Amino acid sequence: MTLVAPAAARAATPGQTAAGRRAGLTALGFLAPSGLGFLIFTLAPIVGSIALAFFSWPILGDHTFVGGKNFVTLVTTDPVFFRALRNTVIFVVLYVPVNFVISLGLAVWISPRIRLRGLYRVLFFLPAVTPIVANALVWRLMLQPKGLVDDVLTAWFGLGPTNLLGGQVSAMVCVVAMSVWQGFGYNMLVFSAGLDAINPNLYEAADIDGVSRWRQFWTITVPMLSPSMFFAAVLTMITSFQVFSQPYILTGGGPGAATQTMVMYMYQKGFQFYSLGMASAISTVLLIIIVLVTGLQFLGQRRFVHYDG
Amino acid sequence: MTAEVQGAARPTLTTPAAAPSRARGRRTNKVDRSRPAPLSQALLTLVLLVFMVPFVWMVATSLKPGSEVFASPPSLVGSQLRFANFSEAWSYVPFGRYMANGMVVAVLGTLLVCVTSILAAYAFARLEFKGRELIFLLYLITLMVPQEVMIVPMFILMQQLGWTNSYQALILPWAFSAFGTFLLRQFFLNIPKELEEAALVDGANRLRILTSIVLPIARPAVAVLAVFTFINYWNSFLWPLIITNSTDLFTVPVGLNGFLGQQGSQWHLLMAASTISMLPTVVIVLLLQRHLVRGIALSGLGGR
Repeated sequence: MTLVAPAAARAATPGQTAAGRRAGLTALGFLAPSGLGFLIFTLAPIVGSIALAFFSWPILGDHTFVGGKNFVTLVTTDPVFFRALRNTVIFVVLYVPVNFVISLGLAVWISPRIRLRGLYRVLFFLPAVTPIVANALVWRLMLQPKGLVDDVLTAWFGLGPTNLLGGQVSAMVCVVAMSVWQGFGYNMLVFSAGLDAINPNLYEAADIDGVSRWRQFWTITVPMLSPSMFFAAVLTMITSFQVFSQPYILTGGGPGAATQTMVMYMYQKGFQFYSLGMASAISTVLLIIIVLVTGLQFLGQRRFVHYDG
Repeated sequence: MTAEVQGAARPTLTTPAAAPSRARGRRTNKVDRSRPAPLSQALLTLVLLVFMVPFVWMVATSLKPGSEVFASPPSLVGSQLRFANFSEAWSYVPFGRYMANGMVVAVLGTLLVCVTSILAAYAFARLEFKGRELIFLLYLITLMVPQEVMIVPMFILMQQLGWTNSYQALILPWAFSAFGTFLLRQFFLNIPKELEEAALVDGANRLRILTSIVLPIARPAVAVLAVFTFINYWNSFLWPLIITNSTDLFTVPVGLNGFLGQQGSQWHLLMAASTISMLPTVVIVLLLQRHLVRGIALSGLGGR
């Protein structure tokens, strides 16, 4: 440790000496490629996205400042906006808990007692890395009338011909199911890593004290895993608010607008009706919701997340 | 944010860390928790099989004659194994072109992300300069903003630059996210400084130190970043859908989507194309599974 001290002292006064200036230039050289791109392609669009929401901005033609008119239109006269907002919230409310239960359940199930556990983990993770469009296409094929699911439901359960993608409720259920199938692998791997990091002595001690497995899960596993769970909850929530590809491919937002989500609607407004200002207003609302929900989660973590591992 | 910093700060999560706990387990005679569980294993395998049905059905359909896709009762194998579906799908739409586009975009994008992230991460982790904390905070904040929110302004930016429908529009916009820089910085911070001090005293410059000392140690982290970046580019759908309008520039997901619109009934060909589209990412994941599992433990988010 003492080795560090002289170097730290040397670096303590950057900018003052010739050496310090050289260090500054070096840093600039290292940072420039990333920093320049970051400025143009990350920071500017973020600032721009909010500014744009206050403009009428057709893809071709002149743009004009319209103040809060886009937002007013969304809230008062737009026929689809609240539907899309509601659908998105329903999706999040269904998707996040189901994703959590399955990913945590499988992470626990694939315990050291399972042989070839690495292989099981990777196979359950696979749909998370295959193209989401291809994943959704197979599901669409299977869920079509006369498709595999329809046949199985008819033959085994006598449910008659079904059109799951065509029903108001069942279409949303299909979108959620497909999304969970595709997406839970990430959280499963995060939880698996968290579980492997728990000190086995804790369980041994609990075994000796005769604590049941069920209680061990709630009193050891869940608290020890709570930092990963918090982190996974935040990210899963953020990504699920942005759901687009699954409903786009599976249902096209239908039937009617039953599975129309906010990002889908943004896409439609901006790139099918060519109103970029309205599209920006929709994405600004989405950003506000995400920031609020994330903020709430960070407030909540004080109560539920247990940090000293 | 604390959760993630904590997770990453845990000493690099390399495999040897698992060894002592196993040894401890043996000493205390903890047979119970590592004893094989055949029933549980069998049930899990059953769950896995059900889970894999969509993949199996995709491959099965890709080998059926077109007229048997919706045959009732459903069967896994059609009257013949029709491998010709693959060549037909390939020529039905310019699928080779889509694959080549996807590869060019994903490979160049990954290279760009890795090089810029490595350099910036090293600057944030090791170099002293004015405003370092402030700039890094700015990077961190943007991590919270989802890509979807930036789509519209990004499109306008591309319009202004005259880049719509171009390779650079497919590559550049997402090559400078803060994620790579953040991930690698966390990793670099965990490398003992002492390793670099000696080389500094000997007069080696920072770039040499980075390439000859730091990078060899950080290889697993860079590999994880590379794999997830590649997969993200390869699978990306919304942005390529918006920014490309000629089939010459379509990437694989946009091509599949176009295929669906164009030939809704040719499911056997569409499934053949889907199967091909999955191969690159499946191969990468199976080859690098070790790295990936560790990388997700390290970063917690990977490619989302």
